[in-house]
Amino acid sequence: MPLYHNEDQAMLADTARGFIAEEGNIAKQLRHWRDRNCKDGFGHGLWKQMAEMGFTGMLVEEADGGLGMGHVEAGIVLEEIGRNLTPSPFLTSSVLAATALKHGSDDLRGRYLPGLIAGDSVAAVAIDETAKHRPERITTRAEKSGNGFKLSGAKSFVIQGASADMIVVAARTSGSDEDADGITLFAVPKDASGMSHDAVRLVDSSMATHTKFDGVELDGDTVIGEVDGGRAVLDAMLLAGRVGAAAEGVGVARGAMDMTVDYLKQRKQFGKLIGEFQALQHRASHLYSEVEIARAVTIKAQQLLDAGSVNAELMASVAKAKVAKTARLAVQEGVQMHGGIGMTDEYDIGLYMKRDRALAEFLGDAYYHANRVAELSGY
Amino acid sequence: MADLEAFRTETRSWLEANCPPEMREPVRGEDDIYWGGRRATFKNDAQKAWLEACVAKGYTVPMWPKEYGGAGLSPAEAKVLREEMGRINARPPLSSFGIWMLGPALLHFGTEGQKQRFLNEIARGEIRWCQGYSEPGSGSDLVSLQTFGEDKGDHWVVNGQKIWTSYADQADWIFCLVRTDKTDKYQGITFMLFDMASEGVTTKPIKLISGSSPFCETFFDNVAVPKSYGDDCPAYVGTINRGWDVAKYLLGHEREMISGADGGERAAAIGAAMKRHAAKTGDDIDPVLRAELAMFDVDAMAYAAMGEKFLDEIKVGKAHPAQPNMMKYAGTELNKRRHELVMAVGGSRALEWESEATENGKPSKAWLRTKANSIEGGTSEVMLNVIAKRILDLPGA
Repeated sequence: MPLYHNEDQAMLADTARGFIAEEGNIAKQLRHWRDRNCKDGFGHGLWKQMAEMGFTGMLVEEADGGLGMGHVEAGIVLEEIGRNLTPSPFLTSSVLAATALKHGSDDLRGRYLPGLIAGDSVAAVAIDETAKHRPERITTRAEKSGNGFKLSGAKSFVIQGASADMIVVAARTSGSDEDADGITLFAVPKDASGMSHDAVRLVDSSMATHTKFDGVELDGDTVIGEVDGGRAVLDAMLLAGRVGAAAEGVGVARGAMDMTVDYLKQRKQFGKLIGEFQALQHRASHLYSEVEIARAVTIKAQQLLDAGSVNAELMASVAKAKVAKTARLAVQEGVQMHGGIGMTDEYDIGLYMKRDRALAEFLGDAYYHANRVAELSGY
Repeated sequence: MADLEAFRTETRSWLEANCPPEMREPVRGEDDIYWGGRRATFKNDAQKAWLEACVAKGYTVPMWPKEYGGAGLSPAEAKVLREEMGRINARPPLSSFGIWMLGPALLHFGTEGQKQRFLNEIARGEIRWCQGYSEPGSGSDLVSLQTFGEDKGDHWVVNGQKIWTSYADQADWIFCLVRTDKTDKYQGITFMLFDMASEGVTTKPIKLISGSSPFCETFFDNVAVPKSYGDDCPAYVGTINRGWDVAKYLLGHEREMISGADGGERAAAIGAAMKRHAAKTGDDIDPVLRAELAMFDVDAMAYAAMGEKFLDEIKVGKAHPAQPNMMKYAGTELNKRRHELVMAVGGSRALEWESEATENGKPSKAWLRTKANSIEGGTSEVMLNVIAKRILDLPGA
């Protein structure tokens, strides 16, 4: 398969670019909701519109009412979301939760997928337990209780946790904290008694929660996949999410780069456009190279994932790490080359810097994934 | 697709029958590479047999048309051939600047007579070419070149000096940028072809920091270059005074080649191999070095994906025409980093310049050689200039 978009994908990219630039742009979404101190951190109206565009159910099988598309297609939408810093539940609901639900029972899929596809409901994922992403260690426990389970523990960095109608929770049902086996995934409904959220606004104006589970009673039918066999589901969900986050990061990097290159062509100092200075030209050219490379490896990871390749996991970590480093470079160069106005809230470039910080941290930063690349490579 | 699979099966059995076992061993030294030319000698019978089999099949230049010595393969078929050769570690049967550089220029700009003669000679490995571009005063600013060809009617008299002429001392012919009009900087250069055995041509190898001498100074002292080598076979490519167009076209090819975009070892991860290497010498890899190796592997594997994308896009004309500059920049900078890390893992052993264990300084010589990657064929700084101007469209670039 060639490493560029085919005709259908190119058409989707045109549609997504136009739609998200129009409806999901910074003024209409990110600033709008931020300045109103919105408790969700995103707009439900846009989520509904995304459903009408067919985006929300892209990764859901056709038999379940979705479009049965792949991660290349989801990545196309995510890149535009990244470019416009569009706050939305797309990555967590339509990529992560939708991937987990693929492994769920008919009953669970019927319970949650229609609302998600229709843009009427949103889902969140609760994985991290400490400040750094470390899904290898899971201490939140679900003990057998009657026909179901009793869930106890705490999760953090649950994006849009307080707004979610359902949260996918990774918990331990057997073994010790570091064991690979003994994990079970649960679809926890928002009204589950004993679940409480401490909602916090993050640096990029998105909302996340510290979520506590204090003996939450769950029916047996909330289990996604097999009891004690949740690691495979969790890994599949993480893989999809990391490749998706990489695509969004490519969008952030490209957005910041384009804005900066435009600025170099407008701003005058010393009687010249600052883009005439070779010191800045070389930095912009270097950034361009890095962004092109980051985008290429992200598409590579999407294709490998769609093809079910054994190399998808390695390439997903390569992509996540490369994009994290590249988007970081893009936003730092962006603010620096904008000079003083880059520090102002009025200009958008600073918003890119904030978004990059949060997105890079989500599902593992460049250090986590570079380490994973080493481990998967055998050193 | 079915045709391609049939081609793969056929290629596999052809290689099985025709590629001698000795030609499936890794290249260990310069004499394992066959460059062709009037003075070339084969290292062994296997090298000769492999070349002859490939010449007969058109596989020294698989994508060139059959009438010029190629096999007329489509890009997809050529990819299959590369993959199948890679699968058995088959060495390239013939390496030459004729194949990589002059060939593409002649295919694009050459006359039928030039193609018939020169391309067939290149494909058969009969003539070894060198490239006369840089001059002592014209490196990055190549277009300022001064080597002058004085018009004498049916011939030019060429005087001047070239530098960094790769293997000029072993080459039979040269493709050379010569100023033929001193009043026009860009439209005053002619892309000439002439015999290195001509009277007045001398070469002097330049010893590099790696100890080897792949480059020469090349001097032209009243060299008479005829304007034609026969019917439809002029001694210049393209048009007189418009050689810069040919040179620019060729620089794109050269940058693509140096970039290592076609994969191979330049785009490969090294961490796992470095760990095995360290284990052999009884060393541990320091955690901070391991971290750098991991970051390098991320960049290398990402660059490999970029190389794949770039080649896929070139095939269908989707790549930005200036993209080879980006590939050259990123690929060469990556390769320099690779060898810095290899030296770090190698420790004091890698410093040995004359020892059996290092096959006389292989690691350090390779490390030093990479420093030229970001200079030859256009420096990294020139690449960044070109990206700024042609891709980012920055003002005054």
